[in-house]
Amino acid sequence: MEKDNILSVHGLKVKFDNHVILDDISFEIKRDDTLAIIGPNGAGKSVLFRAILGLIPFEGKVEWAQNINVGYVPQKLFIGKDLPLTVAEFLQFKEKKIDKIHEVLLEVGFQKEAEHLHNDKRVLRTRIGALSGGELQRVLIAYALLGDPQVLLFDEPTAGVDITGEETIYSLIHKLQEKADLTIIFISHELQVVNHYASNVLCLNKEKICFGPPLKVIDKETLTKMYGEEVNLYRHHEH
Amino acid sequence: MNTNLGLILLVGALIGATSGYLGSFMVLKRMSLVGDALSHVALPGIAIAITLGINPLLGALVALVIATFGIWYLGEHSEVYPEALVGVFFTASLSLGLLLTPEPELLEALFGNIDKIGIMDSVLTIIGAIIIFIVTFIFSKKLLLGIVSEDLAKSQGINVAKVNLVYLLLVALVVALGVKFLGTLLTGAMVIIPAVTAKNLSKSIKQFQLYSIILGVVSSFLGIFLAKYIGISSGPAVVLTSISIFLLSYIFKNK
Repeated sequence: MEKDNILSVHGLKVKFDNHVILDDISFEIKRDDTLAIIGPNGAGKSVLFRAILGLIPFEGKVEWAQNINVGYVPQKLFIGKDLPLTVAEFLQFKEKKIDKIHEVLLEVGFQKEAEHLHNDKRVLRTRIGALSGGELQRVLIAYALLGDPQVLLFDEPTAGVDITGEETIYSLIHKLQEKADLTIIFISHELQVVNHYASNVLCLNKEKICFGPPLKVIDKETLTKMYGEEVNLYRHHEH
Repeated sequence: MNTNLGLILLVGALIGATSGYLGSFMVLKRMSLVGDALSHVALPGIAIAITLGINPLLGALVALVIATFGIWYLGEHSEVYPEALVGVFFTASLSLGLLLTPEPELLEALFGNIDKIGIMDSVLTIIGAIIIFIVTFIFSKKLLLGIVSEDLAKSQGINVAKVNLVYLLLVALVVALGVKFLGTLLTGAMVIIPAVTAKNLSKSIKQFQLYSIILGVVSSFLGIFLAKYIGISSGPAVVLTSISIFLLSYIFKNK
């Protein structure tokens, strides 16, 4: 692996019951870079995440730089609304110090003022199942940040979040990009967002369609390869 | 209070507390019926122990540990939880147990008999309860994170499969301890009911675990007293007491 790479993936293949989900995926990410992964539904984006996190078996090579902490932000949690687990208890699974928890909550956009709707003290007492989509997303980001990660993996950060929430999540990601030594990898559906935030993009449809700076590698040809007739639909996002 | 009743109350309280504590995880894992079905496996173990003339508790424990590895293996190696298979397996062991258990001991094996609890059983219960409390406490965070998100737990390097196995073995232990008290048919109830009741009343995990333990103890106490005063069998008395508390909590929750 090259010295300034934080992750290098070579010939990655994932199968479920002899059904090939991902085939021959190779790419590299430099330290402090932001990589977007795009592709249609069923392209294997989340599977790629789970493979590089080592959550599922795969063939090929996934190599992280040494002594790397990876923070993972899942798309959602499969929990009942009545799960008696407060945000404070959830965050304490990873961090005992309450000061550190407050610090991270402020970092992800919760406010200190008690009268504010999204104030950190109220959030800590709230059951995790009772959070709104945007609040849960930010709590999950806070959870990932608690491990002082050098890499953050976001699985569709704005799924289940309304438009205003979406904006705050992306401006939060933008803020995180400015942090020193934080590599971000995120899955997205929106070209607009990818063009705006990512330095590199990996286009996926069971195999690698393209890889490189988004404005360079995303063109009509790669879009057709990924989405087929749906290309026009996606163009609508480019205002 | 005579010493015998004191001993019975102590054993009942310990079984109620440990069942409630372990049950709080069982309910969140949505495995309530597995806990119940698991208790049926104790019967063939008891039968074989009686035939060989050894302590039935040990027979129950061996049978439960074997079954636990079976459930664990199925749970880890199948995407969909093989509920039907578990159902078949447990009813099979119940039927087998019914045939194997000598008739004079059958009723006791099925529904328990608290008056037969001796010093040896009490000592085993105390040791078992201490093990359950300590080990569960140590594994509690890992278990809960695995329930909230297996992916998050694994991405933090937690061996979820191992944690699940330890947990199921603790459940096997609590069922083995409870069999003499509540019988193979009713022991599972004490793992489920106090925890389900506590879930109705709790706003945090801390509360949930505490209430599960307290409700387990209270159900045992009230049930044992009820059984003594009315002269009914202790197993059903304890279980019905805990169900009454559950119904109250349900009404309270919906108000």
